Amino acid sequence: MAENIRFHFDVDGENFTSAGEASVAVKKKLRQLGFSPDVIRKVSIAMYEGEINMVIHANGGTADVEVTDDEIVIVLADQGPGIPNVEMAMQEGYSTARDNIRALGFGAGMGLPNMKKYTDEMEIDTEVGVGTTITMKVYL
Amino acid sequence: MNLDELSKALELTLIAGETADKTWHGVYAGDLLSRAMSHVKLDNLWITIMSNANVIAVASLTEACAVILAEGVELLPEALDAAVDNGITVLSSTRTVNELCIAIHEAVAGRT
Repeated sequence: MAENIRFHFDVDGENFTSAGEASVAVKKKLRQLGFSPDVIRKVSIAMYEGEINMVIHANGGTADVEVTDDEIVIVLADQGPGIPNVEMAMQEGYSTARDNIRALGFGAGMGLPNMKKYTDEMEIDTEVGVGTTITMKVYL
Repeated sequence: MNLDELSKALELTLIAGETADKTWHGVYAGDLLSRAMSHVKLDNLWITIMSNANVIAVASLTEACAVILAEGVELLPEALDAAVDNGITVLSSTRTVNELCIAIHEAVAGRT
């Protein structure tokens, strides 16, 4: 690949209806680029969970995807409240989502665990009151 | 048994998309979207009572064969738009989730 391919999305924090649009768009692009279903599934799930988290907890943010020769890198950045206890947030079933969010089918406490499960690397850089940046890599 | 045959056998109502020439493999039943995101597999039928647009996003990302709405749940308008835009097949039934699972099992078993 001569040059890395990059996608950038602004994730709207107000709109639950459109939540997931960036993930669906990336999935379509990866399919056009000819990636295997397995790779597309991993990237789609990890990115969707991150996108939803930004909508639920951080009033939106940005999603950047870079395709290199040997990996797909997803960077999700927000200026939300930050994650006070990352270790706890990584536990399956732990959620701080409000009841109105749970009524939509979210808040199962599977977001971050799913992101880790479906990617080969995940790094969480978070500061309470400042925001969170999550970098995920899927190897090709 | 393809989706068209199953749909007829269970008297499902087509809400969006199509059933013709669609092949399904396996079923996942559940309403929590992160669980569904993790467990719905390629060409699965996903049975749920959730009816918002996020269901369509999850069905699209997991490449489910179709969503089956149980208990007569109706797709919300924005979800219907999303289903049409993304080519997602959505069916509905007045049966409960459990009844649908049993009916699917019996429909398949009756063919073998």
